Amino acid sequence: MLITGGTSLLARTTALALRDRGDDVVLLQRGDAGLDLAQVRADVRDAEAVREAMRGCDAVVHAAAKVGIVGTREDFRSVNVDGTANVVAAARQLGVGRVVHVSTPSVSHAGHSLVGAAADPAVTGRRGAHYAESKAVAERLALGAASDALPLVAVRPHLVWGPGDTQLVGRIVERARAGRLALVGGGAALIDTTYLDNAASALVAALDAALPGAACIGRAYVIANGEPRPIRELIEGILHAAGVAVVPREVPLRVAVGVGGIVEQVWGRLKPEEEPPLTRFLAEQLGTAHWFDPRPARADLGWHPTVTIDEGLQRLAEWFRANGL
Amino acid sequence: MSAPARPGAEQWEQWGVDPAWSRTIDVPSHDGGVHRWHLLERRPDGPIGAVVCVHGNPTWSYLWLRLLERLGDRWHVIALDQLGMGYSDRLGRRRYAERVRDLADAIDALDLDQRVVVVGHDWGGAVVQGWAVDHPDRLAGLVLCNTGIAVPAGRRAPGLIRLAAAGPMTDLVGRRTRVFVDGTLALSTRRIPASVRPPLRAPYGRAADRAAIRDFVDDVPFDDTHPSAAAVADVAARLSQVTAPALLVWGAADPVFDDSFALDLATRLPHADQHRLARAGHLSPLETEVADVAGVIDTWLADRIAGGAQDAVSAGGAVAEASAARPPVWAALAARAADDAVAFVDGATGDTHSFRTLHERVTGIARGLVERGLRPGDRVAMLIPPGVDLLAAVYGVWRAGGVTVVADRGLGLRGLGAAVRGARVQWVIGPREALAAARTMRWAPGATRLAVGSRRTMGAIATLDEVAASTAPMPPEPAPDDQAAVLYTSGATGPAKGVRYLHHQFAAQRDALAASYGITADDRLVAAFAPFALYGPALGIASTIPDVDVTKPGTLTADALGRAAAAIDATIVFASPAALANVVRTSAGADPRLGGVRLVLSAGAPVPVATLRAVAGLVPTAEPHTPYGMTECLPVADVSLAAIDAAGTGRGVCVGPPVVGAQVLVAPLGFDAATPVVAVPPGTTGEVLVRAPWVSEGYDRHWATERDARPLDAVGRTWHRSGDVGHVDASGVLWIEGRSVHVVHTDRGPVTPVPVEVATEYVPGVGRAAAVGVGPAGCQVLVVVIEVASGDDGLAPAPLAESVRTAVRTEVAHPVAAVLQVGSLPVDIRHNTKIDRTLVARWASDVLAGGRGRRPW
Repeated sequence: MLITGGTSLLARTTALALRDRGDDVVLLQRGDAGLDLAQVRADVRDAEAVREAMRGCDAVVHAAAKVGIVGTREDFRSVNVDGTANVVAAARQLGVGRVVHVSTPSVSHAGHSLVGAAADPAVTGRRGAHYAESKAVAERLALGAASDALPLVAVRPHLVWGPGDTQLVGRIVERARAGRLALVGGGAALIDTTYLDNAASALVAALDAALPGAACIGRAYVIANGEPRPIRELIEGILHAAGVAVVPREVPLRVAVGVGGIVEQVWGRLKPEEEPPLTRFLAEQLGTAHWFDPRPARADLGWHPTVTIDEGLQRLAEWFRANGL
Repeated sequence: MSAPARPGAEQWEQWGVDPAWSRTIDVPSHDGGVHRWHLLERRPDGPIGAVVCVHGNPTWSYLWLRLLERLGDRWHVIALDQLGMGYSDRLGRRRYAERVRDLADAIDALDLDQRVVVVGHDWGGAVVQGWAVDHPDRLAGLVLCNTGIAVPAGRRAPGLIRLAAAGPMTDLVGRRTRVFVDGTLALSTRRIPASVRPPLRAPYGRAADRAAIRDFVDDVPFDDTHPSAAAVADVAARLSQVTAPALLVWGAADPVFDDSFALDLATRLPHADQHRLARAGHLSPLETEVADVAGVIDTWLADRIAGGAQDAVSAGGAVAEASAARPPVWAALAARAADDAVAFVDGATGDTHSFRTLHERVTGIARGLVERGLRPGDRVAMLIPPGVDLLAAVYGVWRAGGVTVVADRGLGLRGLGAAVRGARVQWVIGPREALAAARTMRWAPGATRLAVGSRRTMGAIATLDEVAASTAPMPPEPAPDDQAAVLYTSGATGPAKGVRYLHHQFAAQRDALAASYGITADDRLVAAFAPFALYGPALGIASTIPDVDVTKPGTLTADALGRAAAAIDATIVFASPAALANVVRTSAGADPRLGGVRLVLSAGAPVPVATLRAVAGLVPTAEPHTPYGMTECLPVADVSLAAIDAAGTGRGVCVGPPVVGAQVLVAPLGFDAATPVVAVPPGTTGEVLVRAPWVSEGYDRHWATERDARPLDAVGRTWHRSGDVGHVDASGVLWIEGRSVHVVHTDRGPVTPVPVEVATEYVPGVGRAAAVGVGPAGCQVLVVVIEVASGDDGLAPAPLAESVRTAVRTEVAHPVAAVLQVGSLPVDIRHNTKIDRTLVARWASDVLAGGRGRRPW
């Protein structure tokens, strides 16, 4: 089976999990995945290369994506939309049995509080949020192509973290060490997150469930631990695991959203290559509740998270210790 | 002239109406012409029956949108636009009698092969009543909603209508301007969603389209000389001939067709079921923000017309068989009529009353009330503070055949007013302040007033002393099946509901208390929860109320309790948990004045074991007991401190086994009240149902509530839903785990709050705790809110939160999403102990969604 985006932590973890249970795995990414697995070094925008890599595969996990907020609208569109179109086209052409499209909860929501929310349809036409917009277009494209001939399911893991994660854990720890970590609005907002191994097992479960005629075909599922926690507790837990003794400052939600908006505008001109420290989207992500109804994924994908947040934090602490970080 | 153009499909859809529901029908009229009617109709395959709905002025068939939505997949529902209204033909003036014949024409043209249920609102209600009395053989049922047929006695015509109908005003208000249309919508401000305003206004945009609005107003007969007066009076007079099932479903906050119109109709249709919606106003069928009129009508149709599992409520809604012959509640007092022993001591004044004087006063009041016109079944608002006047007046009213309406002051002034208004009393008894409040706030307009005190004030016809001095003959005794009282519950979940009791139910309750606690004539009672003093005369024992502010039971001091006990040499103390807690706080150790007390009872809310233990320390001779029960049934179960200790810890609060004569059935959580209930196995959590001869008869004017509260079992016995959840353990002991509305519905199944709270309250540093659900039912997360001595409201500090999580995981095996802390939790005003978890949940939801977290209490 083919897994795209082999340099991302989630794709790699999923690849190893599939290999460990005996599947033949081929990775596709531009750089060297550095894993003891077959790999094709190619750009997902290269339709020909994608098709060739997929030849002979009976399943695909499409995890390649451009993430973050640095880059032009076109950068995001070409990787996330064209890349997905290439994967879907190749899978259809080659008659690949099962396809899992890795998406994100932000395709359907922006800003407002999510309380036990459902995986609503992706919303397109948003300006500014290049990542969310391109992923929304990609998910609609992918789900639109799903059929009994092309059994495809979209999975939206929410805030994946774990050992080796540079996106969430890395940034929180780095900012805390630099004394730049602030909690938005008291930190009480309930946030559900996904421990890395759970996100990987969800992709595997989705792959196994994506059979012709299954309830999940053509649908999107939010994946999370199903353990919403106040964001302050999560951040404190991660910092504790990293051995960082910093008490984050508190910033009122409205102030954070306002500042985030200004920072976004100014930062792009000053340091276009770096992620800004605060964006409006981030401020709203951190200051309002984000958690989802876990039942659809359980019912249709037959998936249950196996690592609790507390266990995950313990593993994270061991990893920090083992790596002397 | 023609009707306004009907909306297009897109417009209908925007209004939430399926365009296919809208059609017109050409109806041959009794006037010789053919008129085009517009109607909204849903016609399922194989309907149960036909329901024809008629709107009033100035609405149109859109008024019945929710009913169409709710019923239309099972019933053939037709909502007509009256001629001149909505999208029906505009014709010249049509008076009442013609409109009744118009409706008959339309129903004939609809060619319905079954009998018809007619539903009417406002003046449409008067029209359907006219059709109903003319077509008894075609009438299947009559549903009336905020309407009338005659101006009730003692009330003037609705002021707004009177103003609008004042000569030249009529045309200006009704036709030339939109004042009447907009004014009607304004009556329901905030109760109707904004989305229904444009469609309600839509057919009345042009003055020419509003002629019928003016004519309707002009057709209201304010005096006998009006051209429609005779026709309306004729229908009113014949209404009592209606034998088909009838329902009065009423928005009580309607300033036009208010409660007195419902009362008038109830008098004309004595068999009618009533459901009063305290918060709904004039446009009640559309006021989905505050009331579910469509839901009530749906349930009622299913029961009364389609013939469901019903009859439980109407035919013997009483839970339990008619009583064995028990002496009435006044018998014990009568038996001691010649006894000069102390019967009552007023703790505040020290005044003492013997059984002889108390009995004389009771019988005097009974005589005097009947002499002044009290008829059997008359309702009497008892606005008298606890004391001998209340005691004597309650027994006097009962003996006279009246029905006492008792709402304790713990409800607050607003709650009290709502209760008195809802009960529709004919008499008010109270001191000057109470009569003034009743008058200025129009709690009981038209009621006869009696003053407690030395002067006839506030329009009172007599003082209570003057009434009691009556020498008129003793009236006949009321029968055991006669109504005795309407009691008001604290209304933690919505407006207070009146609970109806019959005399034999009170008698059974008295016997249950006497049997459960071995009460004999030698006992003497301190009632620190004042309403309990009323049991003294029924049990034939002396009683006293200690010196305490009755609105703040939690301020009872150890000294006040000691003085009260000494005054009557008490053997029994009844007090709320909050009162006992304060007694413990203010006590200086064991009090010799309490040396004769053998029994301390505490109830009204969950009683902390620590309080009972402390009480046992203060009163070593007494055994602390807590009866479990509710306004609708007390007692259900009983447990002593020793038994609580013996039971140890378990899931919830141990309330003991059912008392003799009471039965408990634990039904599955969320069971369907329309199907026979079956008990869950012992140990399983479910909803607690009870059965006893002293369960109240039902809820006053809450047909749907009563029906929902009184399910049947497989052998047809009626049970009362307590609203509590819990389980019965292997030894038959009942454990309460919280209120059914407070159960947290998680994705792993239901979690009951009390076991979580009990586990939490063992954590050092935690005062009281509330376990609540946050999120949509079915995937709620469990949140624990704790009371702490210091610290800001919001997230609990990490170590404390961790301790709570661990405690709950260990005891209840469920994860806690968040632990929040507050300086104080909201408690009910009545007992000062029941935590308002609904309010706590609202606050927790806001905080955990990233809101500002301002406490609403």
